[in-house]
Amino acid sequence: MEFLITNSPALIVAIPLVVAFIIPLIGRTGDKARNTFMLAAFALISFLVAILAVNIHSVGIRIYTFGATTADLAVPEHFIVPVRIIFEVDAMSMFMGIVVTTVTLAALIYSLQFLKGQPRQARFYSLMMLLYAAMMGLAFTGDMFNLFVFLEIASIAGAALAAYRTNLADAVEGGFKYIVISAISALMVLFAIGILYSEYDVLSMAAIAHFIQYTHLDMIALGLLGGAFVIKLAGVPLHMWAPDTYTVAPAGSTPMILAASYMSMYALYRVTFTIYGGFIDTTAIGWAVIIVGLLSMFVGVMMAVHQTDIKRMMAYHAISQGGYMLLGVGVGLAVLADPVALRAFGQAAMEGGIFHLINHVFYKALLFMTAEAIFLRIGTRDTNKMGGLARNMKWTAGFFIIGALAIAGIPPFNGFASKLLIYESVLKFNPVLAIIAMFVSLVTLASFAKVFYSAFTGAPMPAYKQVKEVPKSLIIGMSILAVLCIFFGLFPGLIVNNIVAPATNALINHAGYVNAVMGAVP
Amino acid sequence: MYILNYQYAVWSPLIWLVSLAVVSIMVFIWRSRGRKSYKEATAQTDVFLSGAKVPPEEERHVKADNIYWGFFESLKGLYRWMMKPHTGIVNDYLLWFVVVSAIAILIFFVAGS
Repeated sequence: MEFLITNSPALIVAIPLVVAFIIPLIGRTGDKARNTFMLAAFALISFLVAILAVNIHSVGIRIYTFGATTADLAVPEHFIVPVRIIFEVDAMSMFMGIVVTTVTLAALIYSLQFLKGQPRQARFYSLMMLLYAAMMGLAFTGDMFNLFVFLEIASIAGAALAAYRTNLADAVEGGFKYIVISAISALMVLFAIGILYSEYDVLSMAAIAHFIQYTHLDMIALGLLGGAFVIKLAGVPLHMWAPDTYTVAPAGSTPMILAASYMSMYALYRVTFTIYGGFIDTTAIGWAVIIVGLLSMFVGVMMAVHQTDIKRMMAYHAISQGGYMLLGVGVGLAVLADPVALRAFGQAAMEGGIFHLINHVFYKALLFMTAEAIFLRIGTRDTNKMGGLARNMKWTAGFFIIGALAIAGIPPFNGFASKLLIYESVLKFNPVLAIIAMFVSLVTLASFAKVFYSAFTGAPMPAYKQVKEVPKSLIIGMSILAVLCIFFGLFPGLIVNNIVAPATNALINHAGYVNAVMGAVP
Repeated sequence: MYILNYQYAVWSPLIWLVSLAVVSIMVFIWRSRGRKSYKEATAQTDVFLSGAKVPPEEERHVKADNIYWGFFESLKGLYRWMMKPHTGIVNDYLLWFVVVSAIAILIFFVAGS
């Protein structure tokens, strides 16, 4: 078991990478063999994630140094800086790992019957595994250059998944836009890494954080990294690509592309808190994050309520909900240098923002899945053409209600618990911000009431009278997320204490992250 | 385990669930006291629209476009302003990216000096 725990950070990234390339080969023997292999491999990966999460929860940060005599030998003998590739897994990395693994599991199960009979299934699953490996790599890496590499892998896999339905013109366009903005933003990340490397001769995040002086070059690097991550996480005003891409991505891939966006949010947090956290004026940067959050919340929700394409509407809501996460963590960042304010409300605001991330990924993935279930059955995303679907698609309607109530922050679903934390703590920081957040929640509820009324209620449209409920694997995929939405809402204390609070502490604990790699290096 | 307890916020879903159960029971009792002797598919259950001919059920469904019409009409100016940057052209998206990155660098320069 110790061997597994020690090597799990590398295995969790390596196994899906290998599986991604084996899937097309096994796919030649038949769909059943391919699906069985893929699910078995993912069960193994999930097991590794689970044991690593338990270990991180009990012992703290874990290092994996590639090519070293022992996994935790970050700085080789006779060296004063780390030179090897390092995975550094703390509670925040593990939190993202849990989010990504859960969503991928639901997405894989959902896709099994969604794709039945469609061509190029092996490629689809290969890309999903590739995207999963990239996201886990992003979560675990302790090295800036590898962050860029995993960002690129995630971008390529995400774009290919978005454009998977090549018979639809808008799918190709959505995929194209995703790869263009991803490639340009990744280039800016690479440019920023080049700046940091030219100054400090290291690529390890901990080492950069240890040596950083916050020179003018570092400010430029921070601006480039910030811009690149904000466009990838679809923060307003850099959000325009997201509705074009999320709308067209098929089946389970939409939740995964959504999760990939939040990996950029994680990267933004990692850079601001871990690398620059000990040196910069966090008040100014915190306010910059808050403003992006507020704009995202407001513009996202106002655009969403206006949409008649069900997935486009959900995509705008994803932008809006991302604003809550930025607001919560931004408040924490703004008061990071003030221990009294941090203790009084800053840490709770950050917990709210981080708790909202996991909640949002779960209910938004569920909502995207219900939208795709409708599209599968009636062939349109236009809510003007829908009506009375609840009579024939009872499960889908039920899951939609759970997702809609969760995103609107209605108790006892998970969205309520995290929004409550955000409202209460942000209120202490600045009441206007909390009021805006509550208004956005109200418009969110109105928006989903509109979609529920137009799609599910009333008499069935003549064309959809024979519509049937979706196949079982889709229902199982949606059930996993629906149960989590309810569970997280009923036991918020359990989740916050065991997953969210350790992740928040890991983000705040700048010195802990640096010392885990740099140790006693002067 | 159930409770999110901070100095200023307490949330217990169990209390909420008990309240929901009580309200549900009250609604059920209220509904069961309703009149059961009506006749279906007669004038007793038909929709009455000031004597005008009522269209069939599927034609009565309000389309998504028409929901919240007044809200969108009164905020027409705001929506015109918000939709303007949503051109759908990827070149424009990247222009925004360049501008925002430049502003971010400026903010960091001002805050850092």
